[in-house]
Amino acid sequence: MNRKQRKNLLRIIAAAALMIGLNFVEVAGAERFALYMVPYLIVGYDILIKAARGIKNLQALDENFLMAVATIGAIVLAVYSGSGDYTEAVAVMLFYQIGEWFQSYAIGRSRQNISALMDIRPDYANIENLGRLEQVDPSEIETGTTIIIQPGEKVPLDGVVVDGNSTLNTSALTGESLPRNVAVGDEVLSGCINLNGVLKVRTTKLFEESTASKILDLVENASSRKSRSENFITKFARIYTPVVVGSAVALAVIPSLVTGDFATWLYRALIFLVISCPCALVISIPLTFFAGLGGASRAGILIKGSNFLETLSKVKTVVMDKTGTLTRGIFEVDAVHPISTNCISENPTEARQILHYSAHVEKYSTHPIATSIRKAYPAENDGCTVENVEELAGLGIRAEVNGNVIHVGNEKLMEKIGAAWKPCDRLGTIIHVAVNGAYAGHVIVADKLKPRAKKSVEELYRAGVNRIVMLTGDLKKVAAKVAGDLGIGEYYAELLPAQKVERLESILSEKSFAVAFVGDGINDAPVLARADIGIAMGALGADAAIEAADVVLMDDDPLKISRAIEIAKKTLAIVRENIYFAIGVKVLCLALGAVGIANMWFAIFADVGVMVLAVLNALRALSA
Amino acid sequence: MRKNYKIDVDCANCANKMEVAANDTAGVKNAVVNFMTLKMQVEFEDGADAKEVMGRVRENCKRVESDCEIFI
Repeated sequence: MNRKQRKNLLRIIAAAALMIGLNFVEVAGAERFALYMVPYLIVGYDILIKAARGIKNLQALDENFLMAVATIGAIVLAVYSGSGDYTEAVAVMLFYQIGEWFQSYAIGRSRQNISALMDIRPDYANIENLGRLEQVDPSEIETGTTIIIQPGEKVPLDGVVVDGNSTLNTSALTGESLPRNVAVGDEVLSGCINLNGVLKVRTTKLFEESTASKILDLVENASSRKSRSENFITKFARIYTPVVVGSAVALAVIPSLVTGDFATWLYRALIFLVISCPCALVISIPLTFFAGLGGASRAGILIKGSNFLETLSKVKTVVMDKTGTLTRGIFEVDAVHPISTNCISENPTEARQILHYSAHVEKYSTHPIATSIRKAYPAENDGCTVENVEELAGLGIRAEVNGNVIHVGNEKLMEKIGAAWKPCDRLGTIIHVAVNGAYAGHVIVADKLKPRAKKSVEELYRAGVNRIVMLTGDLKKVAAKVAGDLGIGEYYAELLPAQKVERLESILSEKSFAVAFVGDGINDAPVLARADIGIAMGALGADAAIEAADVVLMDDDPLKISRAIEIAKKTLAIVRENIYFAIGVKVLCLALGAVGIANMWFAIFADVGVMVLAVLNALRALSA
Repeated sequence: MRKNYKIDVDCANCANKMEVAANDTAGVKNAVVNFMTLKMQVEFEDGADAKEVMGRVRENCKRVESDCEIFI
């Protein structure tokens, strides 16, 4: 509760207590009027002021105006008819304020929830100055400065570790609480939290260009593009209130000209005004979208505006890039085939020996394939001697390991040294290994499927997607295998980036439903921009993707695609529920009020009740 | 030139009203109000004086929603 909320709560309690107390006081006439005005003004003075200001600024027809007119009207009627029944006016104001208070409190709570999770803005950076740590504003730090990050602190700027090792919590960036180990030479991203060791980091980016700033910028501007439902509500409220006020005037005047019973019809017109207050709609619809966007960012899905949430909920066709989206986009050792096994079963001892040799030979190479082989054989520092390493351009590498001459490379290298190499059917890049000139076998390095790729395709179908298309620049046989493994029926292979755009356009032209494209932002930014909804994967690092996409998934998990669609669907379902529910109840009450069945108590309960329920319903989108 | 301002406002629709009012202010190229984070991001026209423009933005916002605040 903030100060304003506490103050308003006190006002509500004071007015309620006074009103109950006044029930036991027997007074009449002017004294009674004066006594009842105390709780009325305590709880309603700000509404009256706002209504007066609204009239002055020609913004009259808002909910403050409706409440002011209705309650003042009720008081005037009470004086005029001599009934002295002021409780209705006070009660209307009281319940209206209770509803407002509740809404403000509920929003405050959910705001805290979201902002705590998005709290990635670093406040300071430590630099070493004459042996002492000094806290500096991160926006003043230049690229190439060495900063020190202590355990428990946020990484303030993107950079490379130059000293120390530690574990980072990336949950604020990715929505996943999987800790990441970093050591010297590793890249660290701002917004992560350093968990245990002290790190010295050389910054590689300015504060404004660092990941944390970019993400915050994205989140804070997410609401800039309004959805159709929100625009509908804004327009609706603009037309609705004048129509309601007009009808109320007509209701007060026309029947009373016929029947002559002005007081009754004025009272009914006032009830009509109270019921017709559009609070539930104008409050809950934007709130639902905010909550939906908030809930999505909590799950590591950044959506750039509520209009995209709306389109996302209508996605029936998902077009996906292969590399980096469904596959990991990095090479890994897929299999090792020693010559004795003839490409079928694997012999663990011999396979290990082949990996062992190739890891040593590739020791100094930075080629992605070399990295993948070294990764597959972690026990590389085993004291073996590696000498006379020689890189043979376009062929491979030759080196002496423990005195044995090892050749690691392609077929041409094997031909050149006269080793009897064997072809292999397995998909991927084949690395042949020869020991002392004799063929030993080959290592297959391939881009592997992401662990949850298959499940993500299933989940997409479950989320209502009825067509999945895979586009790739890769070879047809690789594409066929990946599509087959994942259960994707339709794929187009060997596409250049421009052809991907053409392919997407032809899909767009044949579908009336929304088409989403999912890519990793590397050479598919134009496709991302062209789709109804561009979803970029693994935004950490790919700037072009953040720019071009409408939805950014913070990590590489393809399961988040269906998650995003589900969140969008749930949010839009809540929006529809609230629109139908609020308008339905209003119409019903308006009809009852107009024929005199509903009284003012009924009216205010209907109004506040609908609003409270709609707000509670809207907040469900947070945990979608 | 773009700047971020902290704001205070109670309801989502009031935030939308503020956004419209801010966009209608002379010197403002584009203004975005984020209700969830309570921030207003204002992009100024070239050569506009941010302080002076924001004074008018606040005035316009108060006109449509008296219960709002912009921390300039």
